Formats: sequence, structure tokens, C-alpha cells
Amino acid sequence: MSRKLLLEHINVPGINTLEVYRQKGGYRAVEKALKTLTPEEIVEEVKKSGLRGRGGAGFPTGMKWSFLAKPEGVARYLVCNADESEPGTFKDRYLMTYIPHALIEGMIVSSFALGAKVSYIYVRGEMMPQIRILEKAIAEAKAAGWLGKNILGTGYDLELYVQPGGGAYICGEETALLESLEGKRGNPRIKPPFPAIAGLYGCPTVVNNVESIAAVVPIINDGGDEYAKIGIGRSTGTKLISASGNLVKPGVYEIELGLPVEEFIYSDEYCGGIANGKRLKATVAGGSSVPILPANLTLKYANGEPRLMSYESLSEGGFATGTMMGSGGFIAFDEDQCIVRNTWNFARFYHHESCGQCSPCREGTGWMEKVLQKIEHGHGKMEDVDLLWDIQRKIEGNTICPLGDAAAWPVASAIRHFRDEFEWHIKEPVKSQSQNYGIANYATPIEKAPVTEEK
Amino acid sequence: MLKVEEQTPVVFSSELLAKFDEVKSRYPADKSKSALLPLLHLVQAEFLWVPTSAMDKVAEYLNIQPIEVYEVATFYTMYFLKPQGKYALEVCRTGPCCLVGAEKILSHLENKLGVKEGEVTADGLFSFRGVECLAACGFGPVLQISPEYTFYENLTEASVDKLIEDLKNKS
Repeated sequence: MSRKLLLEHINVPGINTLEVYRQKGGYRAVEKALKTLTPEEIVEEVKKSGLRGRGGAGFPTGMKWSFLAKPEGVARYLVCNADESEPGTFKDRYLMTYIPHALIEGMIVSSFALGAKVSYIYVRGEMMPQIRILEKAIAEAKAAGWLGKNILGTGYDLELYVQPGGGAYICGEETALLESLEGKRGNPRIKPPFPAIAGLYGCPTVVNNVESIAAVVPIINDGGDEYAKIGIGRSTGTKLISASGNLVKPGVYEIELGLPVEEFIYSDEYCGGIANGKRLKATVAGGSSVPILPANLTLKYANGEPRLMSYESLSEGGFATGTMMGSGGFIAFDEDQCIVRNTWNFARFYHHESCGQCSPCREGTGWMEKVLQKIEHGHGKMEDVDLLWDIQRKIEGNTICPLGDAAAWPVASAIRHFRDEFEWHIKEPVKSQSQNYGIANYATPIEKAPVTEEK
Repeated sequence: MLKVEEQTPVVFSSELLAKFDEVKSRYPADKSKSALLPLLHLVQAEFLWVPTSAMDKVAEYLNIQPIEVYEVATFYTMYFLKPQGKYALEVCRTGPCCLVGAEKILSHLENKLGVKEGEVTADGLFSFRGVECLAACGFGPVLQISPEYTFYENLTEASVDKLIEDLKNKS
């Protein structure tokens, strides 16, 4: 049984309320941090913990905090990135829904460490129920003296606000998020300057994911060294994994990093195997933007060693035979799923969500969507596969923000590992022709492609 | 709820303006443009869409140019720039939901409501559209209904039928 740090009390009735959260030890970290630690000591504990950003990039959180500029007389901000909208990822929504005070407690400790007097939680607009939950929890915390003026008599003041987004995936990119928080279109900024130097309103700002901020609570309660003992190598601590697709038990699981992928998929403690007794065909391990992997490379390295749920193990082999931990959005595809159709679906997503600022992304994502749709509907030509490869190569690395890479990698990896299936769609247009459900652009092939990879 | 037409000047109630003031107080005094996205949500919750005349009044309230409001309202997908049904159903159509049957739900909604995606039923009650990832992939297929954004998970054709009937009976 994996140790739980964030979801330990998830099943306790009323854990969403301040009263029950306190009964389970909540807000101890605020008391400890504000009364016994200096901001520098908190940053040091987070550094010792080895915590890496849980939003997807995996950058060491303590190091990110230590980059924050501290000019005299200038406000500093902590902004929580709760704009969760990466396909396959739904862990932050889960955490905010059921244990909102875990995020609020983390925000208070982190804001104190960074010297922020006003902090914002930027929540994607579609999550209005979660926004209401957080606002209620903030009001509870404020009424109890955990927020506002002179918290616990320590002289520290903090106001915490929830900001709704407007439905744009790009606002999960930290500089686009800041633009949006300033009331503008979510167009990413050119870096440098990084937000740590010039972020919200041009002031030094740290942007952290919901899970990263919540993880600060157990780090302060138990110490950074204790947190670092959990996990494997430079992948320390626990990680929330959101599991979806053709699994017996999809949902949000907290794992100790280093868990074998095979155990995560097949054990009853986690996903319970592939639904309907089918075989695993492929996975996307860290949200839609990371490379898709066929089943054999999901479970084992190219050399046959078991693959683990950790930043290093999942990326072992680079993009040729590996993938990324990303946000922990784990999508499983059974043997009946069409890789071409799914790649088209993801391409449509990135085309829809491109902010349009950079030409390679604006034009390339739409072009990939069209070519993939053509192939999927049985109208492709053999040279279209090479064309797709060429387009994604021209997007990757050529945009201001990583959305271009995020759009390119699913296409590149699908061609790399499932080229046969693309070619089958082109060679057998009748068999692969889509069965249309009556709505344009919503379709699925009549016959499944030959399974090229199996466990 | 008020029903407004495209060119009808909207009236912001004192209650709505009080909410505006509360939102504006969350930001530094010279950074009140930060309130723009939340204010547009409040406008949409009140009128069920965001008419141009309302955008102009928001610009006036925030002391910014109307174009600054238009460019935001057109960039983000959540703001309805034309009237929707009283219940605007939004079904997630992204990968993980499609793996577990989202297309069938969209198709079923089209047949059930008798309108195409983006259209409003004759009684003004319903409209529907496919939207990109709603971040509930493990519980798909999912849909949400604005302006409250009530959320429904693990949809089946039968559960959609029940939902539609319940909403009809509620109206």
C-alpha cells in the first residue's frame, strides 16, 4: 500500500470543511511555518524535499522559489495555476473538490515563504463548482484567522483570491496565465524576463501548480528530508496520477514515485487492469502532450527491464522508446482503439487551443488536423504520413511557448510507433472509412486496425 | 433572468454592480482591468450570454476601451456572443471522453433535441455543443450546463434522456 500524503483523508466525511480538516491535523503547517520558521528556512525545506513541479514541467520547486527577485518596496505574488485542462489530467480538480483546505493551507505557507501579501488561485473558468468550493473554504479560513490581517498574531498579512479563467487551455502556460490574470488575451510572453523577475503587473511572481502547492504542507509538517525519502532517485515524494481511458477503475490515485507501471495498470489497488477483458494497446503517460507509447514500451524499457512511474524511468530512452511523466495524466488505450483517430482528436484539440500568436503553431496545428482527418476518414494518400512528420518537425521548437511542442509530440510519436496503422488506413480506405454517428467530425472506424503491439 | 436581444441596451442592476465592485477590490487600484474576465462571467450569468451593449458598459465601468473587452470576449471560449438555450449543454469531445463514448452522446443529443450543434431548440430551453477537455477524463463521458456549470459524469444515453426530461419539468 502506497503512503498517502495528499489524499490520506480523502474518504473522511466532511474533510472539505475547516472543522474536519483541522481535526485531521490541518493547518499545523501554517502554525509551524509562521511561528517557528523563517521564509528562507521554508524555501530550504522545499529544496531538501526534492519536490518537482507537478503541473508537467517537473522543474525543482525550491529552486524556482529561490530565483524570486526581492527588490525593496515592490510587491511579490504567488499565483496558483489551477487552469487544469490537459486532456487526461484531472487530479487538481479532484483535490480542489474534496480537500480544498489542503490547497489553501499550502498557499498560506508558500505565500509566507515568498513574501507575498496577496495571492491568486487562477482556476479554469469551467470549474465554477470548484471555484465556489474554494471561495467558501477561503471564507472559512479567513473567519478562523488563518487568512487576512496579522495571521496568528505573527504580523503576517495575506489576502487570497480565486480568479476564474475564460476557457483557454493556453492559460495553463504560466506567462499566458499572467496575461489572462491581468485581464487580457492569454498570449504567452517571450521569456526572459521570467516571472520570477517580472511576472504579474511586472512584479516578481511565482506560478505553481495546485498539487505542488498542496505538497508543501506535508513537506513543512514532516521536513524536507522525510519527503525526500519517499520515491526513487530524483523523483521524490508522492504523485497524483489521473487515470482514464479503457481501465477497469479509472480515477485519481496517489502513488509513491517509483511504482512499476505494470503494477499501476493491473493491480487492484490502482486501475485494476484493462476494461472488458481486453488487451492494452498503448498509453499516454503524462497528459495528451507527451509521446504515446505502445504497450510493450509502456511496461518495459527497450532492454526488457520494468518501467517505473518516475520522471527518469518514463523518459528513459528519450522519445525513441520513452515518454514523459508530464502532469501524471495517464490514458490507457485498449486493443480496439484507433491510434489515427485519437491522434486526429488530439490534433484538433491543439488546433482549437492554439492562441494564434506564432505562425508555426497557428498554421501547423490546423494543417495537421486536416491531414489526420483525411486519413482517418479513408481519403489519405501514402505521402500524407511523411507530410505529417514534416509539419510536426516544423512546429516543434519554433514557438514562443511549449504548446507547439505539445501539439507536435503526439503526432510524431504516433507515426513513430504506429506507422503501420496510418498506412493501413490509407491502403484500406473502405475498411477504415468512418462510421459517422450523424454529426460531422464525430466518427469512428467500422473495423479496427490490426494490432501491431501487444503485451 | 432578463431576455435581451442583440441591440437592446442592457441594464446592470445595483446587485450586479455591487458584485462588480467586490470583484474589482481584489486587485491593486490601478490594475482593475484584471477584473475583466470575472465581470464577463457575471454578465453571462445574468443575461445567459454577453451582448455587445453589455461589453460596452463593462468597458465604461473599468475605464478601458470597448475593444479591450471585445478582444478578450472573443478569445476565450466560455463567453457566448450570441443567445443560447436556457440550458446550454456542453459535452466534452476530447480524447479520453471519446475513448468511452462521447461521440455517441453528442449524436444522441442531436437526435433528442432535434437541433444541430450550436442551435437553440424552438422553445428556447436547450442548446448544445462539443467542447474541448473538461478535465474529468476518468469519469467520462461528461457534460456541463452553464451558467451554473453543473456537472454530469459517466453519461449514458439513458442518463442524458433523464437529464433532459428533468430540465424540461423544472422549467
